[in-house]
Amino acid sequence: MEDFRRFRGTERYLTNDALESAVNCALALERPLLVKGEPGTGKTLLAEAIRDSLGAELIRWHVKSTTRAQDGLYVYDTVQRLYDSRFGDGDVKDIRRYIRLGPLGRAFSATMRTVLLIDEVDKADIEFPNDLLHELDRMRFNVLETGDEIVARERPVVVITSNNEKELPDAFLRRCVFHFIDFPDTELMKRIVSVHHPNVAEALVDQALSVFSEIRAMTRLRKRPSTSELIDWIAVLRKSGATSVRLERELPFLGALLKKEQDLVAYADQLAGGRRFRS
Amino acid sequence: MFIDFLYALRKRKVPVGAQEAVAVAHALVLGLHDSSLDGFYNVARALMVHSEAHLDDFDVAFAEHFRGVYADAKQITDEMLEWLRDPKPRRELTPEERAMIEAMDLEEVQKLFEQRLREQRERHDGGSKWIGTGGTSPFGRGGYHPSGINVGGSAGSRSAIQSADARKYRPYRSDVVLDVRQIEVALRKLRGFVREGGERELDIDATIDETARNAGELEVVTRPPHRPNVRVVLMMDVGGSMDPYVQLVSQLFSAAKRATHWKELRTYYFHNCVYGRVYRTEGFQDPVSVRQLLRECGSHYKLVMVGDALMAPYELLGSSGYGEEAQIAGITWLGTMRDHFPRSVWLNPESPRDWRGNTVEAIASVFPMFALTLDGLSEAVRELTRGAARLK
Repeated sequence: MEDFRRFRGTERYLTNDALESAVNCALALERPLLVKGEPGTGKTLLAEAIRDSLGAELIRWHVKSTTRAQDGLYVYDTVQRLYDSRFGDGDVKDIRRYIRLGPLGRAFSATMRTVLLIDEVDKADIEFPNDLLHELDRMRFNVLETGDEIVARERPVVVITSNNEKELPDAFLRRCVFHFIDFPDTELMKRIVSVHHPNVAEALVDQALSVFSEIRAMTRLRKRPSTSELIDWIAVLRKSGATSVRLERELPFLGALLKKEQDLVAYADQLAGGRRFRS
Repeated sequence: MFIDFLYALRKRKVPVGAQEAVAVAHALVLGLHDSSLDGFYNVARALMVHSEAHLDDFDVAFAEHFRGVYADAKQITDEMLEWLRDPKPRRELTPEERAMIEAMDLEEVQKLFEQRLREQRERHDGGSKWIGTGGTSPFGRGGYHPSGINVGGSAGSRSAIQSADARKYRPYRSDVVLDVRQIEVALRKLRGFVREGGERELDIDATIDETARNAGELEVVTRPPHRPNVRVVLMMDVGGSMDPYVQLVSQLFSAAKRATHWKELRTYYFHNCVYGRVYRTEGFQDPVSVRQLLRECGSHYKLVMVGDALMAPYELLGSSGYGEEAQIAGITWLGTMRDHFPRSVWLNPESPRDWRGNTVEAIASVFPMFALTLDGLSEAVRELTRGAARLK
């Protein structure tokens, strides 16, 4: 077995053993890596980190509710061809001119190994992942209109993220290496913060972290703040020149942490009268 | 040896099979586990678990299989965890002590652990017998013993079995938790589409077809867009024995209300059993007669009943109506509704263990009954869609 380059995280993306192990399994076994976790825990950033550590190109495929599996392979631009045939522009006999490769098609036909990010796969229709099974397994597909077969020269590293909006089909899950990104513990969170904000006073970071964890412990929040919110919040605190922060009613820039109106109300509610409800 | 582990996982209903076994074997051949148990834990978890709902089962199976920490022995009192909360630093062990500790085998340690667990009544630090911190007994927190038992999680550097013991994925189990979001996900499977309404979508295939027929002269064909076509009637038992489940039921309710993939959702309330009428509000106002409801809602509606189905037998077998409906028993009303809506289910927040030998059994013979857990809800949704296939 040839040795492969092990993924160890990057300077800007900190990992733990479990995550590294999952990424390395995906790399070595050439299976798609399915990443789940709370929003804001860096699922999408993981694909960028893998790209950086492999030095490969990253092809992104942002899935929307209307995305079909076919869009990822190729799109046959019938309307353009129809238009050209009607108004006589170019050679309409050559169907290849009207085949546009999707992200998956581009990843397959690239000459170098690429990283393919299928972002938020759960946004699409329930059947969407099933429709991609064969293509991801065999790393090839046929263009029906021309009879061409597109085969991956180098199997791309496939990273799939999911926010759990829909359940994914079992057959699809079985083919993936799965990793659930935990919410970072205080130690790791400190390191993550220091990667993003290397020059912030440690006292401020400690205070911000403790306020942050108090807010996360509040039981009645709909959307608990996560890593990305914390990073943003410390960024604004820094810009504003704040030197200390503590949990209080008028928390500066609370909007960076809590994004829902009900949550802001719940926050004020819980702090009122000094009564705090924690989990 | 990991084949046995595979069966241990299957016993805990983690869906693993030959595919996972081959994948793990492949990873081991490639040396991805770095020849360590910790590495194996990470590799096996990445390849064998496919959903966070199974992470907890995986942890339990792993801890059990690889060190025989029996689940029963883990009934640790909260009080004991309190004693262990802030550990005293461990003193350096002399070589003799170390040798002695290492000489103890696992079975012995475990037996002692269970014995201490029964006997211990107070906090201990730095001793050699009790469960505590900073001592030399093989039980406690942040310890050294290779086959010792760690109590209460979060040691400095965690070994695989320690992390497995911590069971931090417990909140993600699918057979216990239900939050609004998870219910929404489960309900989302209950859907169906139909094309209706104004012709506002370009039908490319038909356009090409027509254009070809038209000798290349462009002929645009449109069609109505895809729309959801599921109508749901949700009936909920409120008050009395349902009070403990208020939170759970209200979550189901808000998830159902938020579901945008249904064409129509009607919600009604009843108390204990349905008689001649159901109510539009929780306070039993605004009554609707069941007959009227059956007239308004055709059999293509899906009926979801929510209740603990627990009542006095006379409430089910007796009647509570006025006039001509006075003679009709509750169970007959339920049967009428079941006959009218071929696609109907009963969701019961009580644990299935308590379903035997009372009115629950009688109602379960009328409606297919499912537990109000995430798994139960998914099964109920499957039943509701399967009913559709049976009709055709």
